[in-house]
Amino acid sequence: MERPRLIREDGLRHDGRRPDELRPVKVSVGVLNKASGSALVEYGATKVLAAVHGPREIPLRHLLLPDRAIIRCRYHMLTFSTHERKSPVPSRREIELSKVIRESLEPVVMTEMFPRAAIDVFIEVINADGGTRTASVTAASLALADAGIPMRDIVVGVAVGKVNGVLVLDIDEVEDMFGEADMPVAVAPSLGMVTLLQLNGVLTREEFAEALKLALRGASQIYGIAREALRSNYMKVRVEE
Amino acid sequence: MSHTPSTDMVTPKLKLMTVVNMLKKGTRSTGRGLLDFRQIEIVPGYVPNADGSALVRLGNTVVVAGVKLEIGSPYPDTPNEGALVVSAEFMPTASPTFEPGPPDENAIELARVVDRALRELKAIDLSKLAIVPGRKAWVVYVDIYVLDHDGNLVDASSIASLAALMNTYLPKVEVDEAGNIKVDKSSKVAPLPINHKVLTVTISKVENVLFVDPDLEEESVAETKLIVAVSDDGRIAGLQKSGSGGLTEAEVSAAVDIAIKIGSGLIDLVTSKMLKQS
Repeated sequence: MERPRLIREDGLRHDGRRPDELRPVKVSVGVLNKASGSALVEYGATKVLAAVHGPREIPLRHLLLPDRAIIRCRYHMLTFSTHERKSPVPSRREIELSKVIRESLEPVVMTEMFPRAAIDVFIEVINADGGTRTASVTAASLALADAGIPMRDIVVGVAVGKVNGVLVLDIDEVEDMFGEADMPVAVAPSLGMVTLLQLNGVLTREEFAEALKLALRGASQIYGIAREALRSNYMKVRVEE
Repeated sequence: MSHTPSTDMVTPKLKLMTVVNMLKKGTRSTGRGLLDFRQIEIVPGYVPNADGSALVRLGNTVVVAGVKLEIGSPYPDTPNEGALVVSAEFMPTASPTFEPGPPDENAIELARVVDRALRELKAIDLSKLAIVPGRKAWVVYVDIYVLDHDGNLVDASSIASLAALMNTYLPKVEVDEAGNIKVDKSSKVAPLPINHKVLTVTISKVENVLFVDPDLEEESVAETKLIVAVSDDGRIAGLQKSGSGGLTEAEVSAAVDIAIKIGSGLIDLVTSKMLKQS
């Protein structure tokens, strides 16, 4: 791929967005039939499906905890979700992301209400155009909420990047590939808690402070969309009844 | 699939409560402060057959990192550069809870965090590692083995990796007209070109207390931690929140400040120890 001009002369990004502008965010909840809860989340061309099964018993009894439920999480990319075919063998990246996504959800799920049970979160990246892990966090927490699992808050994710020296919100694949830094963040806005934070790249202390502020602003916008999607889903159910 | 870990080691609740209460009072069992590291010992060149190595003792945690240089093909997108590959294994010697087998998610995460810090900062000058531009280049393998686990494996591993890389020398290479490459590993011609030094400082959190370099008991009470990679010019070269809890925005900010402050001192300490022993 040729390196495109990431910040145009008019100060806008290669796709015409302002630096602090999200891609169009689409959220639908309760999209699957058999799962306890599900959500489909799109950030621009990035498309992620999450399904939750449980709380339920699992045959692997030795994994279970006596005082709370365990959360099991798999972040997985479909083979055709990327430019080059992704090998179906689990990659080191997928293993790491499964862990950090699970850890972003643990603080908000009231696992103590379901001792000796497992809550399973399956995340399928259908199309990858940057920000798949942050879209995954949003989708997973909405699927958990849709499953009726008690939670302290929902968690939403968004990435901030640095491209051509400019901090930009919700980076896409091109900006990730050719930019200088990628900082995925997930927050539980009502708790005021950061539950996922990674940085791939180099930032000064000042840039980091600004990047975190930008991420929190973006997250609160997504939080509004996510809450509305949840609410409208239940309004719909009420009308149908 | 990643799942909530069961408690690694069975520790009496009373002991854990004592550890938490001490941390909340700003004290620790060994008498050090919340922002004090344990004693660091570095043995450069611990493995003579490696192209560079270091054994690091951080308190009772022991990590050995080794570097092997191999001739390989450069990546298509960087045809005139060498390559860096970092991996880590938690050995069964280190803890009764570590099983032999392929690296688990914790080892993979550790290796990837160390890898990203080195890579993003361009800590190693890979552009100087081409042998036949476009065709052959050095591949720098950094392999980390945790031998004894008493907490803070990430920081110990990042110190060991930095020390091992600083201990690495490029061997003599001759390329003849036919393009055959002859390597003489017995004669070392130059140190591995290093642009920047980098290591991680991990900030642990219990309730609202932030502290560094936990031993295993302190680590087992920590709710979460923020790994901060700090460069020798005081920039942030990587971040990773690891563990099940969360941090407030103020805690994140405080943790990053602490890490930058401690990190530069730690890099100086590692550098001076390496100079003294070479």
